[in-house]
Parts: sequence; C-alpha cells; structure tokens
Amino acid sequence: MTIESFEPTMLLAILPEILLLVLIGFVLALDAVWKPEQRRALGWLTAGGLALIMVLALAVSRPSEDPRLVWGGMLRHDWFGFAFKMLFLFGAAITALFAMDAEELGKRGEFYVLMLVSTLGMNLMASASDLIMLYLAIETTSIPLYVLSGFMRHDDHSTEAGFKYMLFGAAASAVMLYGLTLLYGFAGDTSFYSLGLAMHNAELPLLPIVGSLVLILVGFAFKISAVPLHFWAPDVYEGAPTPVAGFLSTASKAAGFAVLLRVLLSIFTPVALPSWTGLLAVVAVMTMTLGNALALFQKNIKRLLAYSSIAHAGYILIGIVAISRLAVTGVVFYLIAYLITNLAAFGIVATFWRVVGSDQIADYAGMSRRKPWLAMAMLVAFLSLAGMPPLAGFVAKVFVFAAAVQADYIWLAVVGVLNSIVGLYYYLTVLKVVYLYRSEETEGLPLPISRPSAIALTVLTLGILLVGTLFGPWFSLAEQVAKAVLRNY
Amino acid sequence: MIPLSWYLIFAAALFSIGLFGVLARKNAVAILLGVELMLNAANINLLAFWRYRAPEGVAGQAFALIVFAVAAAEVAVGLALIISIYRRRKSVIADEMNLLKW
Repeated sequence: MTIESFEPTMLLAILPEILLLVLIGFVLALDAVWKPEQRRALGWLTAGGLALIMVLALAVSRPSEDPRLVWGGMLRHDWFGFAFKMLFLFGAAITALFAMDAEELGKRGEFYVLMLVSTLGMNLMASASDLIMLYLAIETTSIPLYVLSGFMRHDDHSTEAGFKYMLFGAAASAVMLYGLTLLYGFAGDTSFYSLGLAMHNAELPLLPIVGSLVLILVGFAFKISAVPLHFWAPDVYEGAPTPVAGFLSTASKAAGFAVLLRVLLSIFTPVALPSWTGLLAVVAVMTMTLGNALALFQKNIKRLLAYSSIAHAGYILIGIVAISRLAVTGVVFYLIAYLITNLAAFGIVATFWRVVGSDQIADYAGMSRRKPWLAMAMLVAFLSLAGMPPLAGFVAKVFVFAAAVQADYIWLAVVGVLNSIVGLYYYLTVLKVVYLYRSEETEGLPLPISRPSAIALTVLTLGILLVGTLFGPWFSLAEQVAKAVLRNY
Repeated sequence: MIPLSWYLIFAAALFSIGLFGVLARKNAVAILLGVELMLNAANINLLAFWRYRAPEGVAGQAFALIVFAVAAAEVAVGLALIISIYRRRKSVIADEMNLLKW
C-alpha cells in the first residue's frame, strides 16, 4: 500500500479528531465564562457535541472499501478505525451523561476536557498505522485517564486509585516503548505495513522480533487488563469515580483491543509468526479463570464488575487466538455488545451510589421495590454480561466461541463456556440481592434518578436488547470492520 | 567507530536498572525515576538504531522527540498525583497505599 501525499480530502479522514478539538475548545472557554452553578450544562454540551460529531462523521467522513494510508502513513483511514471511533465517541457521550450529577465531577469543566482528550487519543489509537503514532496515541489516552482516576482529590480511595494507575501504567508503557524501539531498530522502519511486509518475507532476525513482541504485549495486556497484568484493575475501578471506572472498563479496553488486533494482524501476522497464538491462548484461559474465580468472593459491586471485566477480556482474547474472518468479526461484535452492557452496569452503580452512598452489594437489598425501572435495567445489563439470550452478551459469546470451534480450538471454547457458567452464578447472586432480599430500613425510601442518567440508561438498555435481537446489521458492520483490518497489502 | 552493539548493551543495562528501580523501590518518586530511566534507555536505542541502521530517514529522531514530550507530560501528571496523595496521607511510600485491596 502506498502512502499518499497531502491532499485536502485527508482532512476528512481526521474529521472526528478535528471536531473533538473544537469541542474541547468550547468546553474550556465556557468553563471559564460560566458561573459554577451553570457548569453542569457542560455535560449536556459534551454529550450533545459528541453526538453531533458522530452524525457529521457518519455523514461525510465514512471511509471507502479501499483502506487509505494518510498523513504520511501515520494513520489508516478504513472501516476498522472508523467503527471504533464511533464506539469511543458513543462511550464518551454516555459517560458525560452519567458524570453530570456525580459529586466533584459534573460541575468541573476539566473533567469533560480530560475525558475528551482521552477520547481523542483513543480515536488515534484505532487508526494508527505507525509505531510513532501508536505510542503517542496510547499516551494521549492514558495520561488524562490517570488524572481522571484520581479526580476526587478529597477522597482517599480516588487519590489512591489515580496514584496506582499512574505508577503501573507508566511502567507498563515504558516496557512497551522499549519493545517498539527494538522493532524499529531491527526492521529499520516504523510503518506497520512495511514492517508486516518485511516480516512476511522473513527478512528479520527471529529472536529480537519475538522479544519485542513480548515487550509490546506487556503494554497491550495492561490496557486490556489481561492476566498477569490485571492486578491494577480492581483497585483502580473501586477507587476511581464510578463514571470514570465505566469509561476505563469499556472505551479504554476497547481501544486496547483495537490496537492489539491491528498490530497482530498487520505486523505479527499469524502466517509470519504463528507462535503468539499459543501464548495468547494461555493468557486467555488464565484471564477468564482468574477473573471469574476472584469475582465470586467480592462484596463490593465495583470490584465485582472489575473482575468480571477481566473475565470478559479473556473471552475476547479467545477470538483473537482463533484469528480468522469470523473470529475478528466476533471480537468486534463482542466489543460493541460489551461496551453498551458494561457502561449500563457502571451507570446503574453510579446512580445508586449518588443516592445511597454505598457500593456494597448487601446494600442493594430491596432495590427492586424502591425503583423497579432501575432494577429492570440492572437485570438486563447483568444478564447480558452473563450471556443470556436474547441479550447482546449472548450473541457476542456465540460468535466468539463459534470462531474458536471453527479454528479447532475446541478445548478453548469449552473452557470459555465453563467460565460463563461460573460468571452466571455471581451475576445472579447480585440480582438475587436486588430482587429477592428486602430491607426494612430502606423500604419505601425514594431512589431518584437524574434526567441525564435516565436518558443514558434508556439508550443503553434499548441498545442491549436491540443488539441482542436484531443482530444482523451489527454483524454485517462487524464483518466489514474485520474485512478492513484483514486486508493488508 | 563504536559498534552499535555497545549502545544497545548500554541501553539494555539502563532499562534493567530502571525496571529494577520500579519493582524494588517503595518510594513513589523513586519509582517514577525508574520509569524515566526506562524511557531514556528507549531513547538511546532509538537514536543508536537511527544512526546505524536508517540514517537516511528521520523516524528515529522524530520518535525520540515524541518520547521526550510524553515523558515530560507523564512526570508532570505523576508528580501531581503523588502530591495529591501526599496531602492526604503525609506519605509517598507505595506500600502504605493499601486502602484498596482484594
């Protein structure tokens, strides 16, 4: 694939990023001008602006079937990057709605600005096709997320979450950077596709390349919270403000999977370097099993969701191990389903915390009587996480496991199914507390939901049902995305 | 001329010292210093590789410049987070940050 020289249509390829910068400028300016009590409206501005960016991007900057390398080969304008960008913009808009009424978050312009900068980084991650751009994009995503995790400066848990996330994240990204430099050195190039070509023609020494792959995988495994680099996730999710935890576990994780897919499919193609599938199979099994096993013992709902999100990273890794057209389609579909489902789960936790001030599962007793609709949304989200039909999580699991069976990884699919059963147990335990347990003290107390949270929860719940029942269009979208990323030269 | 391997061995040693610092030190500021050493090792790698393997392009230099900028941003944010936790706990020892566990 040749790198095109500059022409004005290239601006269309980065239209979402340009508009995000404009939105960031607006939010910063209005934050300075508006009075503190007006600043809650910045959430409406952020969510509305992101929705507008999605509409504009869908209208004018859709990529063609043929992927293009633009901006000196730094970015690749294709359906893979574009679909992930839309996913991140959606996730950020929903997070802004959930954050609006959260204490210490919703009335602070910096919160929205940092979240938008992080989204900008994720957009670049999804379309990066050069080692330099990849590193810059990953850091643009991570650094604002460190601040967001520690955003509540007057809360011991939040500051500790930011502190831990920053230390672990900085170390993991430094290891990854070392791997990137080795790759650059031994191949003498930074473009994914030239590297892939050199790898394909077996022009490179094997040992340093495998070494650099392992170092790079450390950085990616950290981002997707795969074992053995998962240990930060429960602490950070528990301590971080709940909307931020939701953003971390969905958009940030999806961005990690996007770059993992892109790098594995363009540079370390399975044809050129088949050894990584075995390594990732082991990682997938450990991630699923450990995540589910530790989730069984959690008393805090945010920690439970953290271990559940580790387990989900394991399920998605099954699709990456199987690596075929169907598998990549399944991974993309899984990420779409997982993003809406987990955002809903964290949104419910955030809504509940705002009124009750507790994240303990035991305090959810009697919630179905206090607010049947909220309990209903929780039922849908948790059953979708557990993979029950007819919800989004079920269809996603079917595709990923089917791809594993098709690629002769039957044992991996069996491990995945067994793990889903363990998962079902702890999701149902939470639902049991919500629906069957009663609490004398809280019976009849109101559980108000703010308007933005209600809108976001409605959108997400309908989305879970829609993706789960009418999965045809979503599947063909995922297939188009898979086709774009599998097309290399 | 000094062979390329000398630079690479030097960078690998620097990286290992940095990684050891990250894993072994308990003071958060020292851990950040370890991360800086690891980033510097990557920069030495980049410049050595650029000079010896691909001097006609600018990718290595551009990459190193970007690593400078990112390292500066990371340290700024890192120190800010360390200060914010120091104000509440009067400590920067990583082992004492144990409110969140299991």
